[in-house]
Amino acid sequence: MTPLIELRKVSKYFGPVVSLKDIDMKVYAGEVHCLLGDNGAGKSTLIKALSGVHPPSEGQIYMEGQPVSFSSPRDALDKGIATVFQDLAMLPLMSISRNFFLGREPKRRVGPLTVYDAAFAARVAREELRKIGIDIRDPDQPVGTLSGGERQSVAIARAVYFGAKVLILDEPTSALGVKEAAVVLKYVVQARARGLGVIFITHNVHHAWAVGDTFTVLNRGRSYGTFKKAETTREKLLQMMAGGEELEALAVELDLIARKDPTPAARMEQRAAEALHEPDGG
Amino acid sequence: MAVGLPDERLQPVSLWKRLLLRPELGSIAGLVVVFLFFAVVAGGSGFLTWGSARNYLEVAAQLGILAAAVAMLMIGGEFDLSVGSMIGVAAILMALLSHPDYAGLPVSLAFFLTAGFALGVGYVNGWLVLRTGLPSFIVTLAMMFILAGANIGFTKLITKITIVSGIGEAVARDPLSPLFTGALLGLPAAVWWWLAVTAALSWVLLRTPFGNWVFGAGGDPNAARNVGVPVRRVKITLFMLTAVAATLVAAIQVMGLGSANVLQGQQKELEAVAAAVIGGCLLTGGYGSVVGAGIGALILAVVQQGIVYTNIDLDWFKVMVGGMILGAVILNNYLRKLSMQVRR
Repeated sequence: MTPLIELRKVSKYFGPVVSLKDIDMKVYAGEVHCLLGDNGAGKSTLIKALSGVHPPSEGQIYMEGQPVSFSSPRDALDKGIATVFQDLAMLPLMSISRNFFLGREPKRRVGPLTVYDAAFAARVAREELRKIGIDIRDPDQPVGTLSGGERQSVAIARAVYFGAKVLILDEPTSALGVKEAAVVLKYVVQARARGLGVIFITHNVHHAWAVGDTFTVLNRGRSYGTFKKAETTREKLLQMMAGGEELEALAVELDLIARKDPTPAARMEQRAAEALHEPDGG
Repeated sequence: MAVGLPDERLQPVSLWKRLLLRPELGSIAGLVVVFLFFAVVAGGSGFLTWGSARNYLEVAAQLGILAAAVAMLMIGGEFDLSVGSMIGVAAILMALLSHPDYAGLPVSLAFFLTAGFALGVGYVNGWLVLRTGLPSFIVTLAMMFILAGANIGFTKLITKITIVSGIGEAVARDPLSPLFTGALLGLPAAVWWWLAVTAALSWVLLRTPFGNWVFGAGGDPNAARNVGVPVRRVKITLFMLTAVAATLVAAIQVMGLGSANVLQGQQKELEAVAAAVIGGCLLTGGYGSVVGAGIGALILAVVQQGIVYTNIDLDWFKVMVGGMILGAVILNNYLRKLSMQVRR
């Protein structure tokens, strides 16, 4: 099976700074591919390369086997890659239906004039949101009246409605409460069921584990590789995200200090050990 | 539920909640208050007559034409402080082009040439703003001084004075000039232009894809660009629109008076912003109403003309305008917050 999207040896440099180095990654239709990594691991740079915000410095992106390059986010969108950015790209004071269709307004001809088909927009927005379990009575209400999770879901529904093949979600659950995050995760699964390839960026292993099929772990701009769910465990992923060997080295160092001065350092070591096993609150 | 069936739950959205979502709600309330105030204070001394209504409608019309375009621009996230100076430039240019001692062209041709020049100025404004990435406030502030100064400079070079008069005859000869100087159903042409411009721009804003782009370009240019809105083109178009609106106001003034003055239109840029803001436009863009701006213009005109019928000294007009701007913005802010709390 040809991957929907494939990255081969993709690197990105900003002047002397190496943000990404030799990233290989394959995303197939109907899978949720989680991109994991701590802050600064290069997740954002990678999605920016995939979504057309800035092209990679080296390497090649393939879509369904063909080499592609994106000149802009709109270009990537037209080729079937929709990105739901962290800052949402939604206008809080604009109505839900207008947000839904911004940039791709439905048109209707009235005599010689081409007008915005508000009735169609309202109907489709309501239907699409109903499909994902958000029941809005009035599609004319401003997006600002929706909760964070609902806004994420609207953005996802929009991408799906406009025929995206690949859906990139940038930290969709990071600013949400537990229940809200669950709603978004549910929709991630629905998008997969529709045959989309979903790239789910997160630093929350629990959210990733709940919906992910494959996992790629980034650390300091490099990939630790891609793992199928059956091949790994949540703990292994966590350890890789935190930078595996580095933490082991730290543990040894702390151990040395502890021998010199047992009391405070031991406490420190204990805290570090706790952090290793439960570094993520939720 | 099948697509297309009416949703029975659409009914329960109360009129009040729907009204709250309208940006011009505050300005309508303001208009009622201001009108009632003058009706009570000056009703006996002629405020409620047809002559008085004609007066404030005429004043509102000229400001309203400008405010409609300025509101569109503000919703699109930009400012144009040069629009007042543009009125003066357009007036002088039109007068020079049609004056028998200078270019001597037909008045209507002079109007179209001036409109073409205004489109150029608007384009330069927009291009500079987008090219430099500077706030349009600064760029058009500079343009305001440049236009006003160049207007005086060139006019004095050409005519030795700062007034171009004596085109009344040329205006009377032109078959198109009644469009600017005539009257219909007892109302001057300016009022009809105002209604037409407001209706047209409001329709564009609310009923066309371009209108949606205006909201998008003003609300969050980056987000809008990411989903494919041609933000640059939208903003430049809006700058060109305000300059043309200034030309229209200049045409009404010049053809009505038969002369042009370099000082024409001064401070109109701020009055237009005031009208737009009273009408519910946000300074930050992405929100507002063209109809609201028209109501804002009407409020300012009612105050300006109404004060004549009271025994309040005219000097206090600006104090009232300032108070109203402040009051309107606070009210609009409050109503907008309220509308965001209206949940399903």
